[in-house]
Amino acid sequence: MVAKKGNRGGDDAEEELTCVPLQAIILADSFATRFRPITLERPKVLLPLVNAPMIDYTLAWLESAGVEEVFVFCCAHSKQVTDYLESSKWFGQPNFSVTTIESYNSTSAGDALRLIYERHVIRGNFILVSGDTVSNMSLAQALKEHKDRRRKDSNAVMTMVIKQSKPSAITHQSRLGTEELFMAIDPDTNQLLYYEDKADTLRGTVSLDNALLVDSSAISLHNDKQDCYIDICCPEVLSLFTDNFDYQHLRRHFVKGLLVDDAWCVLGFKVLGVMWCYLMLVFKGAVQLFSLVLDLLLLLIGMVVVVVVLGKVVTMSFLVSLDIKIMGYKIFTHEIHSSYAARVDNYRSYDTISKDIIQRWTYPLVPDVQFFRNCVTKLERQGTYRASDIGLSRSARIGPFTVIGNGTTVGNYTEVSNSVIGEGCIIGSNVSIDGCYIWDKVTIEDGCKLKHAIVCDGVIVKSGAVLEAGAVLSFKVVIGQQFVVPAYSKVSLLQQPLKQDSDEELEYADNSSGTIEIPSITTTPEKLEEELRTELSDSQTQAAFEVGNGGTGFIWSVSEGGHEEEWRHSVAPITADRLAEIINNAIDELEISNEDGNILPPSGELGPDSIDDSDDDVRDDTVHFEKEVEATFLRAVHENVKEDHVILEVNSLRLSYNLTTTDCAGALFYAMMKLALDTAHSSPGKLSLSLVNLSLHFTFVSWETFALTPEIVFETKLLLQSEHKGELVKHVSSMITKWNKVLKYYLPSIDEEIEVILKFEEMCSEKSTKEYSTLFEQILHLLYDKDILQEDAILKWASEKEGADESDKCYVKQAEKFIQWLNEASEEESEED
Amino acid sequence: MDFQVIVLAGGFSKTLVPLVSKDVPKALLPVANRPVLSYVLELLEQNDLKNAIVVVEGETAALLISSWISSTFIDRLNVEVTAVPEDVGTAGALRAIDHRLTAKDILVVSGDLVSEIPPGAVAAAHRRHDAVVTAMLCSVPVSGPSDSGSSGAKDKAKKTGRYNIVGLDPTKQFLLHIAAGAEVDKDIRVQKSILRAVGQMEIRADLMDAHMYAFNRSVLQDVLNQKETFQSLRRDLLPYLVRSQLRSELLSNGAQSEEYGNGKDALQNSKILLSQLLANASTPSFHEIYALGLAGSAPISRKTHKCCVYIANKSKYCARLNSIQAFSDINRDVVGDANHLSGYTFSAHNNIIHSAAVLGSKTTVGPQCMVGEGSQMGDKCSVKKSVIGRHCRIGSNVKIVNSVVMNHVTIGDGCSIQGSIICSNVQLQERAVLRDCQVGAGFVVTAGSEYKGESLAKKEKQ
Repeated sequence: MVAKKGNRGGDDAEEELTCVPLQAIILADSFATRFRPITLERPKVLLPLVNAPMIDYTLAWLESAGVEEVFVFCCAHSKQVTDYLESSKWFGQPNFSVTTIESYNSTSAGDALRLIYERHVIRGNFILVSGDTVSNMSLAQALKEHKDRRRKDSNAVMTMVIKQSKPSAITHQSRLGTEELFMAIDPDTNQLLYYEDKADTLRGTVSLDNALLVDSSAISLHNDKQDCYIDICCPEVLSLFTDNFDYQHLRRHFVKGLLVDDAWCVLGFKVLGVMWCYLMLVFKGAVQLFSLVLDLLLLLIGMVVVVVVLGKVVTMSFLVSLDIKIMGYKIFTHEIHSSYAARVDNYRSYDTISKDIIQRWTYPLVPDVQFFRNCVTKLERQGTYRASDIGLSRSARIGPFTVIGNGTTVGNYTEVSNSVIGEGCIIGSNVSIDGCYIWDKVTIEDGCKLKHAIVCDGVIVKSGAVLEAGAVLSFKVVIGQQFVVPAYSKVSLLQQPLKQDSDEELEYADNSSGTIEIPSITTTPEKLEEELRTELSDSQTQAAFEVGNGGTGFIWSVSEGGHEEEWRHSVAPITADRLAEIINNAIDELEISNEDGNILPPSGELGPDSIDDSDDDVRDDTVHFEKEVEATFLRAVHENVKEDHVILEVNSLRLSYNLTTTDCAGALFYAMMKLALDTAHSSPGKLSLSLVNLSLHFTFVSWETFALTPEIVFETKLLLQSEHKGELVKHVSSMITKWNKVLKYYLPSIDEEIEVILKFEEMCSEKSTKEYSTLFEQILHLLYDKDILQEDAILKWASEKEGADESDKCYVKQAEKFIQWLNEASEEESEED
Repeated sequence: MDFQVIVLAGGFSKTLVPLVSKDVPKALLPVANRPVLSYVLELLEQNDLKNAIVVVEGETAALLISSWISSTFIDRLNVEVTAVPEDVGTAGALRAIDHRLTAKDILVVSGDLVSEIPPGAVAAAHRRHDAVVTAMLCSVPVSGPSDSGSSGAKDKAKKTGRYNIVGLDPTKQFLLHIAAGAEVDKDIRVQKSILRAVGQMEIRADLMDAHMYAFNRSVLQDVLNQKETFQSLRRDLLPYLVRSQLRSELLSNGAQSEEYGNGKDALQNSKILLSQLLANASTPSFHEIYALGLAGSAPISRKTHKCCVYIANKSKYCARLNSIQAFSDINRDVVGDANHLSGYTFSAHNNIIHSAAVLGSKTTVGPQCMVGEGSQMGDKCSVKKSVIGRHCRIGSNVKIVNSVVMNHVTIGDGCSIQGSIICSNVQLQERAVLRDCQVGAGFVVTAGSEYKGESLAKKEKQ
């Protein structure tokens, strides 16, 4: 990979000289299912946005921004997209070449970029957008910044375009229907340091890595920015996707992956490989030596040792690779202020962006400027656009912000406002249309009422039918007379895909492609229609019932597959009570976050007394956590799970409960002590047996730690003490020895060690583990001997306890001698110096 | 009686052992030959804040301090010295003198602050926003003997000082996040709710909480009473107030803070207006917007309170004497770069040699040095960037560099002292070599001994 990088550096230099044309990749597949059921029949990029296909907006913008070569990646309905582009005049434009790249099996943006990488078509910096982007920004400035940065720092691989938006919990939701976005940006360099778009990954708080503040003294944290999904990328981005074959989603995997240097795993494997080869060489020699000198048995034991050591080295290399930040790739942001950039992500942003186009925010990409194949329309008062050839009844009232396409007729007393009506539609009399998007060749009969609906090509709405807010009628649906289409419902000629695919897919909607298991999709449109027809004839009768008398189409059930929250993404404006709900949620979240906030120990003090009373939930959390750790540990003991795996598991628990290593140390220690106690109870308590056990155990220990004598001496000493206690201490000791490494892992500093002591104190006073109370000093000493606790930690604990209540002090008193001994020892040391 | 000033003078701080001793509590440690507390008191005097309560931990320390104050500030300030039990923490100290707090707002200043930033500015920022707390933030001081290529910094090998992590709003007037103490080294966890309300937050690590706060008195008392576990203002109380600023619990318990609650309700509108006018802001602060709820939604009454900051100008000196390192740094600065604070007039050589000090022949005292009253130095001595106290007897051929020598110290011939702190009544016998050491009061360093980076003190406690 290093070699590759070097080559690339060379390429860049060349690029400067030969001036590679500016390239762009348009992903003509959103790999999402937000626009279902419409996208089952037509790809999203070809859906009309104010009477022009979305991809035309993107292409027109790229052309005007100086892009010379565009690669359109299409997957779902790729035939339709290529057909459209071939028939359009985008092919054969001078200085603007459009090439399509088809794929049939890509399921994510990651797959798409990997495929493009294999084609070797990208030679320099490129613009990465999806085919549903509407923008009028100039790329010159952003591109210049990108190149300048790139020249200075070859790790600056990407520039993300962002835009100011209003800071509020509900702005993102009410405007573009997207989740709120938290970003941390270095104010001096504009480097992106943190990106969080799924609000619930870490409730209540944004957690930034402390290391971020090392490089720069200030970070600005934003909730008031909007991601435009326009990226200026270096060619490395493609190779990164190839290297990290698990990257699927542009933001969720790629951006976050780079930010957290997730890429370590790649190196990790490499390091492992090298280590392994090395070890194999060494041990081959070693084994040969062994076989010469020792007998077969010893050889076997040697093998065991090899395995153990190998395991250790492997984990060490794992840990090493965890710590190394190798990649160091950086993402930067470019903020645009006056120009427009947005992406049609769902029905709500479709609605918002349509309105923005009508209100001319996207100039010159507006209906009355012929930026591409769209018909000439004239702008009239109140933001009304009319095509030249429309049949408008005198009594029809056309309200503000409405677009009426070519060849459409509107009947008597019909009211249209805030809507877009496509070409060749026939609107009857006494129809009211508000906030609707009616595409081409739609027939709406007399007396219908349509509010905030999307009506696709060829739909027939029979007289007297009502579309409630948020309804979506897919292609060629027929709504029967007087039928009321309920709010937020979607009607299609295709049946809703069954649960088996929707369940999983909808949950991770963004990962799945638009191609679902309906066979007609991948086939040609003609075939599709045929199939539809046959399908229709089969289900005509049934469908008719669903959408009224004389209607055809299936109503997709709304509540299925986690889409209860249709309203979030619908074209219909969010109702007042929904808004109130969001606000309430925000407040609830606030409450939670405040309680979360209390997890942050209110002071640097370690004592549990300094924690507030108000955080019962948090307490609960820790209790759950402790239980889980205990269970994990027990399982590890019974199933002989490796220590490293235990560490991994406990780490993942820690992350999911969002606790610190201190908590882990405490919980693990608790689990160990408890297990030791339980085994002591259950064991027969016979000295002889335990001796056997112990000696067996020693053999195990010796193989594992290579430290024989001191422990044996100490433990045999212990054995001579009173039987039960001795038993217990012995169990503890063996437990600690066995899991020394795991425990040590969680004790990086004195604070954690003190936590362990405190935990132990707590155990001693607990009823179920009362037996330890008499053994406090002994076990403390044991822990000291086993290097679990350092004397500093013990002394600090003792000094902290000095000020405590008498009752609190009883363990300090018990350990007094030991502490005194430690004190003296340390003094001696210092005097010796 | 608008602002009541509380000076928290601490007691015998453990972190400053061996500099502090039974006779010298932290507040009386000398900075350029006068107690550090005098810098705070003079700052107050200059700002016309003549009434102050000095809170001291422990009776003995309180006696020492009050006798010093009464002798020094007798007709200049009206200072009361109050003793509180030891180890109650800063919050505990305020809790202990709860009944003494009467004014509407309380200004809490740490007694170890050496600064030229007027408390009035903090008070004004506090009043302007009608905040519950206003904290002063200053730039992180340069730690260690940074200049003149001294070797002292090597041993300490300190990482770049980071004291607090602070979140500020874009106007830099409000405090949105603060991490202090041990939390500074953990991950930064910022509440989304506050971020949502503000939209943009700047997180800084180059600012330090200077421990000068203006508090709303009733709020302060409420919180101290409700949260009995809070020990430290810096680590507990301030973060708590900052955390809960959009979900204030403070003003809801009307019974406890009746006067305040009523006033708030009745005057709310006018107050908002007033504070806006004062802040020269055409838009209300995010607190108010948040409290009023979102336009078009049912108004939900929300309690908020404001946590403000006053960020001191970088050029102003501000440091806290809370570590041994800080002690040397401040002494260095007060006779060096920030010498206007010392209150002395410097000679043409940029140093101060008391008229009653006696210097032997060929003895040189470099710039940024100070030699106190009645000190005697032998021949061929060299003093650089150091402070020497009163009535010291220093032999010949002595080198003192980057050090602080307190009062009544005897230094034998041929000693070399570098980067060290020598407390009062210490005796250094001939040819002792000290480097980066702290020598506690009354200690005797034997002839010819060499120490490096050690803390020497008489064993009395252990």
